[in-house]
Amino acid sequence: MTRDDLVGYAVPAFTLGCGLAFWEGVVRWYAIPPYLLPAPSVIIATLFSDWGTLSSSLWVTLTITLKALVAAVIGSVTLAIIFAQSRLVERAFYPFAVALQVTPIVAIAPLLLIYLTPALAVLVCAFLVAFFPLLANTTLGLSSADHNLVDLFAMYRASRLQQFTFLRLPSALPYFLAGLRISGGLALIGAIVAEIAAGSAGQGSGLAYRIVESGFRLNIPRMFAALLLISVAGITIHVFLTALSHWLLSDWHESERGREG
Amino acid sequence: MTKIVTFPSPGGGASPAKARPPALATFRKVDKIFKNQVMALSGLDLEIRTGEFLSLLGPSGCGKSTVLRLLTGLAEPSRGEIVWSCERPQFGFVFQEPTLMPWSDVFTNVWLPLRLAGVSKEKARPQIEEALTQVGLSAFAKAYPRQLSGGMKMRVSIARALVTRPQVLLMDEPFAALDEITRLKLNDDLAELQSSLNATVVFVTHSVFESVYLADRIVVMAARPGRAFAEISVEAPPIRSEGFRMTAAYAETCRRTSAALHESMGETPASELSQ
Repeated sequence: MTRDDLVGYAVPAFTLGCGLAFWEGVVRWYAIPPYLLPAPSVIIATLFSDWGTLSSSLWVTLTITLKALVAAVIGSVTLAIIFAQSRLVERAFYPFAVALQVTPIVAIAPLLLIYLTPALAVLVCAFLVAFFPLLANTTLGLSSADHNLVDLFAMYRASRLQQFTFLRLPSALPYFLAGLRISGGLALIGAIVAEIAAGSAGQGSGLAYRIVESGFRLNIPRMFAALLLISVAGITIHVFLTALSHWLLSDWHESERGREG
Repeated sequence: MTKIVTFPSPGGGASPAKARPPALATFRKVDKIFKNQVMALSGLDLEIRTGEFLSLLGPSGCGKSTVLRLLTGLAEPSRGEIVWSCERPQFGFVFQEPTLMPWSDVFTNVWLPLRLAGVSKEKARPQIEEALTQVGLSAFAKAYPRQLSGGMKMRVSIARALVTRPQVLLMDEPFAALDEITRLKLNDDLAELQSSLNATVVFVTHSVFESVYLADRIVVMAARPGRAFAEISVEAPPIRSEGFRMTAAYAETCRRTSAALHESMGETPASELSQ
């Protein structure tokens, strides 16, 4: 690790430390009760003391997020491939995808709860939010192959399958991965929002439900602890997807050039 | 209008007249009108002769690149016909940009034409290695395009065009985007390569100097609509080298070619050559 790397990590860590110390200091100095604003130390203590409940909720939320993300990847890539084969199919279905995307998920969730079980409704909500960025990016990527290379493939009489495998898919990969990074975060947000909506209908064991439940019980430290877990989950998903993107693109793509030493 | 200008050989025609090679492809009154109604070519008559190095020279928009696309079959003439003296040959194509697949290493990029023809990596290896040696890049087989300089990328592109040992090599302003030093070096390398290739080369360029240095025959094209304007035969040693650039014959052919180019653009030919 170089000196620049150390500074790169140390500076945000120092800022975070100062912020937490200030928070802790203000709570202690003014003796603010934990049901109004818990100190960071209380939140951490709650995280450990309530770990049993919180960890099972974290597991539920993460499972929904990952299932939604996997479903979104499979669905969007399949649809993007179909779109790439025919402009007519793209014209026929793209408006529906856009309509689903622009309709707020909070507005769709109650409707889905009528037709589906709460668990499935949450999953579908998270899926819908994660689906569109992947579809839009992958569709764009599949049609973004270098036109000279497309000509070259045609000149060498490449089959459609060859053109697709050797040219269109690799051309689309950076676009797909950019979409995946956006969708990873959105799947978590979709799962949380849908859980909150579904919570009122009786479903409850995800982290969002813990937040709502803790709010009702004025257990504010647990509310913060659940929030912290959601943030950590979101950051972990982002870091993992960024690492995946770096691993797949580092050899060749311009977006990874700046990461080299 | 096709005007024939023949450059007199040095020594007043003392050298024996070369037998004219047979035509490989002949454009007969070819028109090409694009979908947007732009007429790219109008009544083009052009002969491409077996084994020659033909340079198509002309201003932007004169349809030089369209001629290459018509040859490969990527486009069809709107009117007129292209007659081949044999079955449509195997082509190699070099674009103005290197047009490499950035996700593949040099070896895999050069493998592409053979891969598309169903040749496995191991079977293709000797041909790929030969092509890489021809362009002086055998040490860079595992490099990715982004690790290479502009000139090296262009060499990879040439190796990819050569790997199928094509009968016809089509080059669309391949060195236009390169700096002058790299360009001169690649001109020398191409001249050397051409002598060992035994292929017909059609080379599109904007550069008078490049076309005179490399070509056996130059067809100057005029724009709007694109057509053949003048033809210039270059009398030069069969293997070109740096020394050719220093000869009076080279300077004279450049002067004549430049004059024809200016005339094709409706300008008065410059009395002095300028870059």
